[in-house]
Amino acid sequence: MSTLPDHAELPGAAGPAVLTPPPDGPLLEATDLAVSFSLGSALAARMRHEAHVLHAVDGVDLTIPRGEALALVGESGSGKSTLARALAGLQRLDRGKIRLDGKVLPARRSRADQRKIQMVFQDPYSSLNPRLTVGGMLHELLRVHHVVPGNEVQSYTRELLGLVGLGEEAVQAYPRQFSGGQRQRVAIARALALRPELLVADEPVSALDVSVQATILNLLQDLRAELGLTLLLISHNLAVVRHLCDQIAVMYLGRIIEVAPTETLFASPQHPYTQGLLAAIPRMTFTAESDVPAVQGDPPSPLRIPAGCRFRTRCPIAQPICEQQDPALTASASNPAHSAACHFAFGPVPPREPQAVEAGGPAGTANPATTSEEGARP
Amino acid sequence: MSQPLLQVDDLHVQIAGRRGIVRAVDGVSLEVPAGEAVGLVGESGSGKSMTLRAILGVLPPEARVTAGRVLLDGADLAHLGNSQLNKIRGPKIAMIFQEPMSALNPVMRVGSQIAEGPQVHLGMNRRQAAERAVDLMRRVGIPDAERRYRSFPHEFSGGMRQRVMIAIALSCEPELILCDEPTTALDVTIQDQILRLLTKLCRESGTSLVFVTHDLPVVAQVCDQLAVMYAGRIVERGSVQEVLTEPSHPYTLGLLRSAPDVDHPRSSLEAIPGSPPSLVSPPAGCRFHPRCKFAEEDCTVTEPPLRLIDAGHATACLHFERCLDELRTEGADR
Repeated sequence: MSTLPDHAELPGAAGPAVLTPPPDGPLLEATDLAVSFSLGSALAARMRHEAHVLHAVDGVDLTIPRGEALALVGESGSGKSTLARALAGLQRLDRGKIRLDGKVLPARRSRADQRKIQMVFQDPYSSLNPRLTVGGMLHELLRVHHVVPGNEVQSYTRELLGLVGLGEEAVQAYPRQFSGGQRQRVAIARALALRPELLVADEPVSALDVSVQATILNLLQDLRAELGLTLLLISHNLAVVRHLCDQIAVMYLGRIIEVAPTETLFASPQHPYTQGLLAAIPRMTFTAESDVPAVQGDPPSPLRIPAGCRFRTRCPIAQPICEQQDPALTASASNPAHSAACHFAFGPVPPREPQAVEAGGPAGTANPATTSEEGARP
Repeated sequence: MSQPLLQVDDLHVQIAGRRGIVRAVDGVSLEVPAGEAVGLVGESGSGKSMTLRAILGVLPPEARVTAGRVLLDGADLAHLGNSQLNKIRGPKIAMIFQEPMSALNPVMRVGSQIAEGPQVHLGMNRRQAAERAVDLMRRVGIPDAERRYRSFPHEFSGGMRQRVMIAIALSCEPELILCDEPTTALDVTIQDQILRLLTKLCRESGTSLVFVTHDLPVVAQVCDQLAVMYAGRIVERGSVQEVLTEPSHPYTLGLLRSAPDVDHPRSSLEAIPGSPPSLVSPPAGCRFHPRCKFAEEDCTVTEPPLRLIDAGHATACLHFERCLDELRTEGADR
């Protein structure tokens, strides 16, 4: 038995710093997580030849080392937000286990467990209660969770606001009196108030203007350095992710298809989807060299997930095996930190499908999305 | 230089607000040469969308053009009535909006929406227009065009809807297409598809583009010229290459420094302090001076005019050399 006092009980704990000396092992370990939503009636769905259960997250393993920042990237509908909500305990799991500090979190979390994973949402305009002052909001939170003794609530609130770069006058103010960037600071202060071990930030800067984004990104970076905070960042913006995170997990249709340390992923992406995603980022180069897009077609509906590899309908190197076998997320032999779910990862790659239809043909026949229908085969 | 296709001349747009008159666009001049793509960049509230809407005469009801001209082929669009504008919308100028779902008619088949323009403006009969619509749907990469002709907008994905919008915009072969953040609502891979499609089609048909966005890398991919807007004014303009490699206004420099660059990660980002000013009572002198690190006494007094510093490159900063100096010293440090 550990005799370490839970830092929550430390009476005069200075600041929201995480004081528990780090035990060994990752902070968070999720195995085989699945979340599904049922849509409408089963009968109506059968008449439309569609599934009525949407598998938003479909068997995800995820490990977040203590003190690190992990990014979850992917397109809309890939299940990244659902996964984040599931980790934060806001979404019921179909199956799977979430271990925090080696301890399995139960389906109904205790207050103490809830505190350990906190979330910052995308839209600072709708995630703050408009009828509570910032002080009122934080005080309520601190009282309910007994974070600090009653006589220290005031000073702790000021300290929290200072931590996110807001002055004392913010205590009395309502959310409407703040700009978008300041509201996001309030939201971060609210998440940090409970001294979480893991901060889950779901697109925290997507709703903000570029010049304001930078202040929030810098704040998150400073907080990580100061508090040793572990961060799970959900974002579609790979520039933001590269700036802030140590590791990247790429999601596609409810699965993680590649995980690697940030620089490894940018240097040698293995999964064809990751390669396409990286190539699709608009860059400061001044010409669009080619008319051929980085990834063809639309992602399939999560209601009609292709058999075998989920990416095969858009994949430029798809082979017959991709239709028959669902590739598992497998680590590289040379770098155990780098895993990919592709039959051809870390090895010889079959030749790319010639994209003659799109590039060569006359304008009238250009038809970039047809490949997705038939399941491209060489 | 030959006559530009579109010439916006000292445009002013005002909105009657509760707290006074909001000068959303305050003296914007812009030229769009035939066959070129001009990017209009700025943050929310900079007036970039209002400028675009004023060009096509689709301002929200509370806003109106109070001064200035919008010249297209010699006609001043700012002073045309709606019936005359309707003859221009479609065959001369088309527009692509950010949110295709709210720009498309939800209860009308997609094909009919594409065929509507050619029927009204090009005098085609129903069959000809339908054939043209199917052809356009193929050109913008909608698979199975004959069948999808009869689909409704809700049956399409976001990317496919934006392709429909592009097909509608192209349907009457306009000389100019106005784009208001056409890919902001889309995923990265779909954005990439749409941007490449749009540039390809415009290059093939020689159509000019005005492209409003807040995303500098997108402008770098699509546009030839770039104008940066701040608080209702253009603060810098020039060729995309020049403005992005030699930014000569502290605001442009700030925009470039505050966004992480995916290819050149930096240890920390340089945010622009403060927030954009109120457009009811903007600061005296240069509107950017309260947030500017190079600001001097004279910046608080004189409103700097947009002046040429190089062929085709203009800035509205009194001390633009400092931006270049800073870039140079930084380049030496590397």
